[in-house]
Amino acid sequence: MKSGDRQNPELETLADPLLEQALGNFRQSVHAWSKAAYERPRTAAPIAVHRGWRLAASWALGCVLAAGSLTGALYKYHHRQVIEKTSVAQARRSQQLAVQQSRTNDDEDLLANVDSDISRDVPAAMEPLAQLMESSGDQ
Amino acid sequence: MAAGAAISPMTAETAEELAGQEFAGIVESHRPQIFRFLLASTRDIDLAETLTQECFLKAHRNWARFRGESTAMTWLMRIAINLQKDHWRNRRLQFWRHTRTNAVDIDEASEWLPSGERTVEQRMLAREQVEQVWKAVEGLSERQRTVFLLRYVEEQELSDIAQSTGLSEGTVKAHLSRALGKVRAELGASYEKRRSAKSGA
Repeated sequence: MKSGDRQNPELETLADPLLEQALGNFRQSVHAWSKAAYERPRTAAPIAVHRGWRLAASWALGCVLAAGSLTGALYKYHHRQVIEKTSVAQARRSQQLAVQQSRTNDDEDLLANVDSDISRDVPAAMEPLAQLMESSGDQ
Repeated sequence: MAAGAAISPMTAETAEELAGQEFAGIVESHRPQIFRFLLASTRDIDLAETLTQECFLKAHRNWARFRGESTAMTWLMRIAINLQKDHWRNRRLQFWRHTRTNAVDIDEASEWLPSGERTVEQRMLAREQVEQVWKAVEGLSERQRTVFLLRYVEEQELSDIAQSTGLSEGTVKAHLSRALGKVRAELGASYEKRRSAKSGA
């Protein structure tokens, strides 16, 4: 074969009957395979399987979301109730404290009034007696 | 009939309908060939079907831009080659590629033999040859394989192959020559083995 023929595939093939025969068989084999594959019946079963998976996944996701939102709502309700109870107790306590304080203030006022009512100037005739009581108290 | 009435302007809807009919005809006539090329390139029936669908979908989207500078077949083949290239490039990035491949092995692909009245010996010889050519094709580079399949399976002209692949005719010839060299080497090695086995016996 000439050196120029090396770059011409047509001449290379013609010069080699074995190669030509092999290439012909290969071509016919690929054509037969492709024809059979192209004309084979197609089924839609895999699509149904995919749909089933998708349906199950969407149901699971929906359930998780519903459970999550329900739990969240319950938690919020419980939390609000706890806060309400605490605030009521606090209000009650502060009310009690106020009542107690007002009571003590009343007692103090009463005692002060009693003191002011009772403490009077000793009459002059009674002064020696009062001095005597003071001195005996000192002893 | 008046001349003005005969040359009525085509509405956009009519033009679209005509283009749709034309494209449907092209799909019907070229689809088996595109599928065959993709099947030979990938040896995977499902993948070949998917890529064929994608090829025609892409062609349909760009049908308005097809100017008819080449034949519709060359244009479609160019899309198919690019899709196939993209597929292999993407697969190289996927670490699970080994588990996802459905490609049949060479033995299975070689089971399809040319029909016709043949003796058992001729059928065996044909099967062996087909298997050897598949082996050689497996060892080719992506470009060499594409050019080889377009020439020897699709029987395209060198100029059409050059247009489909975007290579010059000289480069196509060079790729074909190298591919044929590998096929010949595979065939030669097998015949040498068989001859030595016969002489030994």
